[in-house]
Amino acid sequence: MAKRIDVSGLSAFYGSTRAIDDISMTIEPRSVTAFIGPSGCGKSTFLRTLNRMHEVIPGARVEGKVLLDDENLYGASVDPVAVRRSVGMVFQRPNPFPTMSIYDNVVAGLKLAGVKKKSVLDGVVERSLQGANLWNEVKDRLNKPGAGLSGGQQQRLCIARAIAVEPEVLLMDEPCSALDPISTLAIEDLIGELKAQFTIVIVTHNMQQAARVSDRTAFFNLAGVGQPGKLIELDDTQRIFSNPSVQATEDYISGRFG
Amino acid sequence: MTSAPPADARGRARRSRGDSRRGDNVFFNLSRGSGVLLLVVMAAIAGFLAYRSLLALGKNEGNFLTTFEWTPDATKPVFGIAVLTFGTLVSAFIAMVIAVPIAVGIALFISHYAPRRIAQPFAYLVDLLAAVPSIVYGLWGVLFLVPHMDGLTSWMDQYLGWTYVFDQSSTGVPPRNLFTVGILLAIMVLPIITAVTREVFRQVPRMHEEAALALGATRWEMIRTAVLPFGRPGIISASMLGLGRALGETIAVATVLSTNSVLSLHLLDPGGGTFAQNIALKFSEAQPLGRDALMASGLVLFVITLLVNGAARMIIARRKEYSGAAA
Repeated sequence: MAKRIDVSGLSAFYGSTRAIDDISMTIEPRSVTAFIGPSGCGKSTFLRTLNRMHEVIPGARVEGKVLLDDENLYGASVDPVAVRRSVGMVFQRPNPFPTMSIYDNVVAGLKLAGVKKKSVLDGVVERSLQGANLWNEVKDRLNKPGAGLSGGQQQRLCIARAIAVEPEVLLMDEPCSALDPISTLAIEDLIGELKAQFTIVIVTHNMQQAARVSDRTAFFNLAGVGQPGKLIELDDTQRIFSNPSVQATEDYISGRFG
Repeated sequence: MTSAPPADARGRARRSRGDSRRGDNVFFNLSRGSGVLLLVVMAAIAGFLAYRSLLALGKNEGNFLTTFEWTPDATKPVFGIAVLTFGTLVSAFIAMVIAVPIAVGIALFISHYAPRRIAQPFAYLVDLLAAVPSIVYGLWGVLFLVPHMDGLTSWMDQYLGWTYVFDQSSTGVPPRNLFTVGILLAIMVLPIITAVTREVFRQVPRMHEEAALALGATRWEMIRTAVLPFGRPGIISASMLGLGRALGETIAVATVLSTNSVLSLHLLDPGGGTFAQNIALKFSEAQPLGRDALMASGLVLFVITLLVNGAARMIIARRKEYSGAAA
């Protein structure tokens, strides 16, 4: 578990519009990398290219290479479905399956992979919910609908669902933007624990959050409306927030634009 | 979903604003009036049917529920709904078994598989099917479907004859039977079921579909985990709309079905009848008692439709907390 991601020359398109342009970066295993930048700079689009979720939008396509350890996710023989099984994702708004119980939500990925044995599933449910710091709150109502939980609990349920399949990488697309500060704190603590096992990439609009949870921070920017987003710099979080090497980063961090 | 505030709170709010909210009042009374009107119409129909039915039932010399004959205007009036109940339920059942899976398939094709420039004209085409008058379906059924059923019926007789229901006891007669009617009804209810399920499938939140895809679901697995469970209440409601039409379809059935009132479990044998078809055939020549007897059969159809709808609502309500309405 936990693999290195090596991106080179990656561009993503919606139809004929270039959304991100020529991005290259290396993301270390067992670390948290945060993507920050103004709206429309392509950070979410870039995140979605890392598990081939970008291309589920009609007309969307990707050029370039993403190596997960040594395997190119965009290789000709690679099945995007298999990629998504090894690169998990947590979305902006909590999206547990409304028609399923808490239990069924957690094992949804395993069931897709064909695991049916009750004892195995039971174990995974407990381990994943414990991993997502949710076990104590829901252990007595595993058969109740997941949609009945609070927003923060739902998001932790989604994290449990994502880690239940033991992915190599966990992608998080603004996981706290729909949550209150207390739930946000719970998720941030959880991210700190999860990085011992997973490679974590998180998109956030909240710079304090990036500073709190991440080891490395990437700053994305765009030259103007309609222009593709670019990676401006990627460095240790501490350095980005104290002494960035590019002026635009400094301006963004200090709130002078964006 | 929020619950309505207590009545006194609503009353206070209305008083405190005075008549500055006349529009609200007008609209409130208008919508309440429409609701009441519906109840009045329903009660009037039910009351009328019940009254005339009682008149007829009092003079019936046979058992209304189990009698096969329909001779209310004979000197010794005898009529019963056994043949009609059987025919109505069986033809509607066949129609649903054929139509629901196909309709769900078409709806999924339109909402999740076809590229947009094909999906839209295709959806329009399906809607167009709903606009064809029933008599046209009936004529098509008797002039085209009936003469072309031979291959299918003899195949079913040969390979499914052991099931008894698909055993053909009389060969060589045109298949103006319940099975053919079922197929015709299936075609007729297809557009309504397709249209409703299609809209429900379109409303599945994108985020649930993406959740499934991100877990490594293929397109079909995504549909199975996110789309179909979310659309389940909608599929049931759509099927009930279609079933209502199949149960009540009159002229198309009357055109296709041959008119001998036999109750045969061999669905491929000609004959049988349905409530609506029977009324359409016999109403014009019926004496007063005959008309009342037909009303009684109409009341039974009314009750059957109510029961079916009630059952469907119960099925939907039982899993309400999983419906996705809260999300």
